[in-house]
Amino acid sequence: MLGGFDFNLVLSSLPELVVGLGVTIQLTVVTVLAGILIAMPFGVLRASPQKRYSMPIWAYTYFFRGTPLLIQLFLIYYGLAQFKAIRTSFLWPLLREGYWCCLIAFTLNTVAYTIEIIAGAIRNVPHTDIEAAKSMGMSSWLILRRITIPVAIRIMFPAYTNEVVFILQSTSLASLVTVLDLTGIARVIIARTFSPYELFITIALIYLGLTYLTLWVFRKIEGHLYRHTQSAGTKIIAAPSLR
Amino acid sequence: MPLLNLFDLQGYGHLLVDGVLITITVGIAAMAVALALGILGALARLSPTHWLRNIGSTYATVVRGIPELVLMLIVYYGGTVLLQQLLSLGGEDVRVDINAFLAGTLVLGFVYGAYATEIFRGAFLAVPKGQIEAATAFGMSGSRIFRRILFPQALRLAIPGLGNLWLTLMKATSITSVIGLTELARQADLIKNPTHAPFTVYFIVCLLYLLITAISDVVRLRIDHWASAGFRRI
Repeated sequence: MLGGFDFNLVLSSLPELVVGLGVTIQLTVVTVLAGILIAMPFGVLRASPQKRYSMPIWAYTYFFRGTPLLIQLFLIYYGLAQFKAIRTSFLWPLLREGYWCCLIAFTLNTVAYTIEIIAGAIRNVPHTDIEAAKSMGMSSWLILRRITIPVAIRIMFPAYTNEVVFILQSTSLASLVTVLDLTGIARVIIARTFSPYELFITIALIYLGLTYLTLWVFRKIEGHLYRHTQSAGTKIIAAPSLR
Repeated sequence: MPLLNLFDLQGYGHLLVDGVLITITVGIAAMAVALALGILGALARLSPTHWLRNIGSTYATVVRGIPELVLMLIVYYGGTVLLQQLLSLGGEDVRVDINAFLAGTLVLGFVYGAYATEIFRGAFLAVPKGQIEAATAFGMSGSRIFRRILFPQALRLAIPGLGNLWLTLMKATSITSVIGLTELARQADLIKNPTHAPFTVYFIVCLLYLLITAISDVVRLRIDHWASAGFRRI
């Protein structure tokens, strides 16, 4: 700072940072897609009034929401090597890669949070909506498809937006298991140039831009989901909240 | 017994206990910073002064858009370079080592203070306006209204959000391991190789975090009960 903020260094690092940005976006998109696909059926089961369905899923979400993502990542990245069966399995070439461990850890983690978001939304679907559908003679499957799921999607959308932003920011942990994402690349360049300020501030600004870009895109989708209501398009983009 | 073997730390277990203590200490210290910044941030956001509002909202917006890890690295490594340059201006050429506990506490407090700002802002806004007006009519000064009317009620409203903040913050303390603070995650990193049992180590660390979470939940219920005394539960 005092010695001057070296803009040339930032400029000359940009090509490398763009490669790292690609890895960050890739990790985020794959995790988000895998997360929502896996979480959907389990979220519905989690909202089930039958304990034998909801309890095992509760145990899963309690574990993954009650422990730090960083530890979950290390549990997979360092931990799996403890078991000979895994070291000798055909999956080992993948499981010893930081990149794949990240995808697995991030997905397991976001699935837990997304399950609770989905289950919470389903529980909050107004009873009257479902009663009305029943009185129209809809089957329970049809009610799920036409009433519960569409209404639940609108209810869960703000919380889910937050979850996506959280995943985006969490991908920076990948740099701790040798992955060259945005943070990882920055650390490599810093090790070479000894200029932590320039690079960390640059990537902080990139993350900031990515976060608000994501929030903006999801707000657009939200406006589309709520287009039949008055609140459509009136809300400003709020900063992400706690998970 | 293969199952018991899975929980054998070969005499390194006490290091994890040390780690738990540091994790809790840094968590509490950071929570204190976060609460202070949260109250200040909320007051700034709700203040009639334009530039104070801007500072408050910039703080809440910017900090929440950057990963904690990156902020931690900026403060720790960037701060080291900055301090070194500052000192060399004065003609001294010394190696600066920033205290990891201090850096970790300040960064976590700074980050979670931004979330606390939002929680307190909501809580202050939720206190009925009529009560402030009544207090003004009684001739109370602004600071007295804050102390006697606004803050006590806002605190009660903020408690559920703050409980959630605490749980998230406790998990986030694991990030301080990257700057070398010997909390739980760092201790696990240190003993994973000598024990040759990395899964065991990290799994036990997970259970310790779950224990902290479970105890926090009990405490949270107690505090909630205490703060809601005199309020009917609906």
